Amino acid sequence: MSKNCQCGEDKVCQLDNVIKEHKNIAGALIPVLHEAQKIFGYLPMSVQKQISKGLNISLAEIYGVVTFYSEFSTEPKGEYQINVCLGTACYVKGANDILEQFKKQLKIDVGQTTSDNKFSINACRCVGACGLAPVVTINEEVYGKLVADDVKGILEKYQV
Amino acid sequence: MGKVNITIDGIDMKVPEDYSVLEAAREVGVDIPTLCYLKDINEIGACRMCLVEIKQARGLQASCVYPVSEGLDIITNSESIRKARKATLELILSNHDRSCLTCNRNNSCELQALSDRLNVRELRYEGEKTLYPLDLKSHSIVRDNNKCILCRRCISMCKNIQTVSVIDTTERGFYSNISSPFDLSLNDVPCISCGQCINVCPVNALREKDDTELVWDAINDKSKHVVVQTAPATRVAIGEEFGLPIGTRCTKNMVGALRRIGFDKVFDTDTGADLTIMEEGTELLHRLNNGGKLPMITSCSPGWVTFCEYNFPEFLDNLSTCKSPMQMFGAVLKTYYAKKTNINPADIIVVAVMPCIAKKAESKRPEMSVNGLADVDHVITTRELAKMIKEAGIDFHTISSDHYDDPMGDASGAGVIFGATGGVMEAAIRTVYEIVTKKPLDNLDIISVRGIKGIKEANVQIGDFTLKAAVASGTGNARKLLEMVKSGEKDYHFIEIMACPGGCVNGGGQPIQSSAVRSKYDLREERAKAIYAEDVKLSVRKSHENKLVQKLYKEFLGEPGGHKSHELLHTHYIDREKYPISQ
Repeated sequence: MSKNCQCGEDKVCQLDNVIKEHKNIAGALIPVLHEAQKIFGYLPMSVQKQISKGLNISLAEIYGVVTFYSEFSTEPKGEYQINVCLGTACYVKGANDILEQFKKQLKIDVGQTTSDNKFSINACRCVGACGLAPVVTINEEVYGKLVADDVKGILEKYQV
Repeated sequence: MGKVNITIDGIDMKVPEDYSVLEAAREVGVDIPTLCYLKDINEIGACRMCLVEIKQARGLQASCVYPVSEGLDIITNSESIRKARKATLELILSNHDRSCLTCNRNNSCELQALSDRLNVRELRYEGEKTLYPLDLKSHSIVRDNNKCILCRRCISMCKNIQTVSVIDTTERGFYSNISSPFDLSLNDVPCISCGQCINVCPVNALREKDDTELVWDAINDKSKHVVVQTAPATRVAIGEEFGLPIGTRCTKNMVGALRRIGFDKVFDTDTGADLTIMEEGTELLHRLNNGGKLPMITSCSPGWVTFCEYNFPEFLDNLSTCKSPMQMFGAVLKTYYAKKTNINPADIIVVAVMPCIAKKAESKRPEMSVNGLADVDHVITTRELAKMIKEAGIDFHTISSDHYDDPMGDASGAGVIFGATGGVMEAAIRTVYEIVTKKPLDNLDIISVRGIKGIKEANVQIGDFTLKAAVASGTGNARKLLEMVKSGEKDYHFIEIMACPGGCVNGGGQPIQSSAVRSKYDLREERAKAIYAEDVKLSVRKSHENKLVQKLYKEFLGEPGGHKSHELLHTHYIDREKYPISQ
């Protein structure tokens, strides 16, 4: 994997290389966090600690940045990313009921992942398909004009 | 420094070109309200309370971060300014836990004072509230985010001044809050409990753990012999809690009040400081003469010791093995004093009044005990003592007592100056010089190590040896100094480090002064003046001439650095990992 790092853990080595590439660049933190999330899928404490040490930025500051941007996650992400649009059009068309139904069916909250690592629920802003409001995307799939009763059936498609 | 012409509310004035509009206004007696602003520490324009109109700019501007420039025309009081300030304040109040009557900062709260000043008598916005659990796990600090107004003074202090960096703004928008990574308790992060965050908090979002009830319980327990010891810096600050000017010496009032509160004996930690000098001075000479690890670094400040354990483990062998004066004195009280007075050490409760909240955590360290008994049982801050005095109905202004109790009462001026940055160094030099040269030191005032500069250096001639000394206060300065030592840029024999900027006089347990007061006075300077005034008036000003200390070695301890001393007065340190994953 890496020429310098010999810790034997591929992902840790990969992140180490990313940190080395960015080390002396101003504003390195956010690009490094993006790369780290790509490598690990999420940003647990061990990953943030590695970045803190590598970039010499306090863990408190890094955690502040990670929690500020909804793009970053400290929880493992599921195989299927359910994005419920809460933009204005979807919202007035009852997106909140759809979101509640997903939460109820999967027994998790927004930002969390089911224990089998299958689903994560995210609340997102306008996805640009207002004509189909209310809209939900699951990975690359788009579901429009939903009512709460549709949710169960949609999830069943992914349960197999 | 060049000057520029500006106009404030129609008054033409000339001000230095590096002034902010806020500073300029205050100079002509226009007191623009502020909330997040803290001179030199937090000038970020976050709270929008100091809004003004500037003819050359659009919209309202935050005066604390608006630099003056030639011809600037400023209005500080108009309909739109008053409305904007009031609305902002009401919005802050709408998500604030307004239980003011039972609040620890009742009457010393900057938000409360501002609400009164801006004449807020009703709240137009009663919206959603964020609710946070209290962080009660630390021995020293309580965090209550329900009181937090997000001014970020604590972050500036923790991150920029102290370089401890264990708190930051997390989440966003309505859910923004100040917390530690992964919402860990302050107890579980590399917080050093310096308490500087408490001293700058305008509200009650940060406070010390209140141990006054434990002290009252001890006093009320007639089977216990309860003794109290008071740190040097407490006596020059406690008066502020009773409306006295900053830097008023109140030793007599404090001793009298402590006796009236009901302590069986009132002793002085300064004696512990004299003892520290004997041990630390001996340790320094031993290291110098035997090729020991240098530079030797002082270990009186528990905030600094914790900082070193987390951030500079490679310097742990440089730390003096001496316990702090408080701990040394506690250990002596539970052994020598117990024996002398024929009281079972288990029945002695040692209470310490400290300018410090890290002392609370220090007293709980398992190694700070002898024969299974903690050296010090309870630590209360200067602020907590003031509360007890008020609660007991004692008139602080009239109560007075001439001296601390025998047989542990009389301390030297060298012990007193421990309270200011450079004091331990000065006290050590006074003693080491005379031990080495066997000649009296002509001038006891070692000016080169005094003053509030963050890092000070001195070369002291001791016989034919030149002692290279350095003093740092504030852990940010300590970090700078140690990095220079590490890189080989600097080289010293002896370093004094205090965790708090200015030393103990500005400790995290000292009376809190508002941003407005801190803009006018340098607390470190005013309180240190009182410390040095206290030193000068004492007949004994060198630790080794303290009669009690001499007697203690003769009757009990033997030699400084001897076997018994090591058992009672010395300690060891731990290499601590930041954020262990097992949490």
